[in-house]
Amino acid sequence: MTPRPIETVPPPARLAWRHRLAERGIDRHLALLVPAMACVLALFVYPFAYGIGLSFQPEQGGVFGAYRAFFADAYQRDTLGTTLGLALPAALLNVAASVPIAYRMRGRFRGKRLLTTILVVPITLGTVLTAEGLLNYLGPAGWFNRALTSLGLIDAPLRLTNNYTGVFLSLVITGFPFAFLLILSYLSGIDPTLERAAATLGARPWQRFRRITLPLLAPGLATTFCLTFVLAFSVFPSAILVGDPAGETRVISIAAYHAAWEVYDYPLGSAIAVIMGVAELVVVGVVLGLRSLLYTGSTGGKG
Amino acid sequence: MGRRRIVATPGAWLIWGAVTFFLVNLAGVIGAVLVNSVGSRWFDTWLPEEWTTRWYATAWTDFGLFQVLIVTLEVAVLVVSISVLVGVPASYVLARRSFPGHRLVYLLFLLPILMPPITYGIPLATVLYKFGFAGHLSGVVLANLVPSIPFVILTMTPFIEQIDPAVERAARMCGARTWQIFARILAPLLIPGILAASILVLVRTVGMFELTFLTAGPDSQTLVVALYYSMSAAGIRAQQSVDAMAVIYTATMLVLLVTALRFVNPTQLVARVREEPD
Repeated sequence: MTPRPIETVPPPARLAWRHRLAERGIDRHLALLVPAMACVLALFVYPFAYGIGLSFQPEQGGVFGAYRAFFADAYQRDTLGTTLGLALPAALLNVAASVPIAYRMRGRFRGKRLLTTILVVPITLGTVLTAEGLLNYLGPAGWFNRALTSLGLIDAPLRLTNNYTGVFLSLVITGFPFAFLLILSYLSGIDPTLERAAATLGARPWQRFRRITLPLLAPGLATTFCLTFVLAFSVFPSAILVGDPAGETRVISIAAYHAAWEVYDYPLGSAIAVIMGVAELVVVGVVLGLRSLLYTGSTGGKG
Repeated sequence: MGRRRIVATPGAWLIWGAVTFFLVNLAGVIGAVLVNSVGSRWFDTWLPEEWTTRWYATAWTDFGLFQVLIVTLEVAVLVVSISVLVGVPASYVLARRSFPGHRLVYLLFLLPILMPPITYGIPLATVLYKFGFAGHLSGVVLANLVPSIPFVILTMTPFIEQIDPAVERAARMCGARTWQIFARILAPLLIPGILAASILVLVRTVGMFELTFLTAGPDSQTLVVALYYSMSAAGIRAQQSVDAMAVIYTATMLVLLVTALRFVNPTQLVARVREEPD
């Protein structure tokens, strides 16, 4: 404590001011928040603002030159559609496939922990390893084509890598377990007695799912969709490695990377990054906006 | 509802079939890399004709894996310790206090997790190059802190909320100062949560490709970035030694993951799970 030599009686006005602030929740303890805030402001907010500023200062074309350059060039503009064309179906499939599977597995059964462990594995594999595995496994001489050929289902090997399919599959492999685990936890948060009550009133299993579980699950579904979509939207290494980075799977992150680090056109790179962020936030915003129309109260099971 | 019936309905068969199909293919994806890394002369057969471990030796020397692993370890340890040191006090404030702008601060911490790493990675890398951090270990660590600190905060906040505030009040009544409350009361109670959060951050950092890729220089590549470079420069090195490197990466991740799952149940991170009582 620093000694306060002169003022034996502190000025009452200042004390009251501090007191009033403390009553509203502002006191010295908020200082604990400062390091984290400083990091996020310095490493996230400032660079982002800097990037936005940079995107409005292209070497030619005025303030919106970089944006105009992006939207005027079909090769660049189409990346947005390509990315959405990959990320939206992948996220939808991941969520849609997770619901029935998680619904079936929400209770207790032997090996549930093992199964969840196995399903966490692909999340941690990361996109690079998944890409390497897909190239080996789905390649022309890989096990998948070999198995189909020896079963007599196909004559010539299917072309599954270095195109849209390869990237899509890699998004499913990394995204599905993630969606599944989230939905499983949301489902476990729904009070099972609600469904039992519906059963005593004579509701069939399908009706119980449709009328009880699904409405309670819908907000969770929206959140899961958003998170899975974000994961799929930022597809970068797999689009290069298992995709066709110059054509079919030239996603927007490749365009941004190319502009910033290969052409060294930082304004264009930043502009593409901003466009990417805005596009993503629009989709997330639409989904969350729809979600706010749904029931968001207690689902009975959470803590 | 009692125990589930053994004889399953068609719907159940379909679902279990889909899960099995997914798992079989997943095993194929991982297995193909594994087998390729220990085989030689694998062209048009189910399995390689010969088995060897020399690809690991090749990968170890050719890619300078020892150096890469050291860098990966340094980055991971630095990121985990800094983000825990910075994140836990912040999550304490967020969990216990209500103050004007609470929601705004929370949203600010949520944003870096919601945005794709590439979107903020490109401006961030530009800024880091401007200040001379990028291309070195410090730049990689700084970039990886961006999603890690919010991640620690988001996992620790619900954890701290579970701890009874009466314990802290009692300590304060007994004359403990804030740092004493942290060191003697909260830290022991928070150890499991901190462990869980740090292992998850560790896994994320080791697996984080985009941010490290954008900020790493030649001597600050982590394992996943080195793996990417060796893959995209295919043809120069034997495919098998790239696979050997991929296997080393997977093994590292799996060890981390299995350790992580001893401390955390993944489904509990979102909502607290209530198992059926029977």
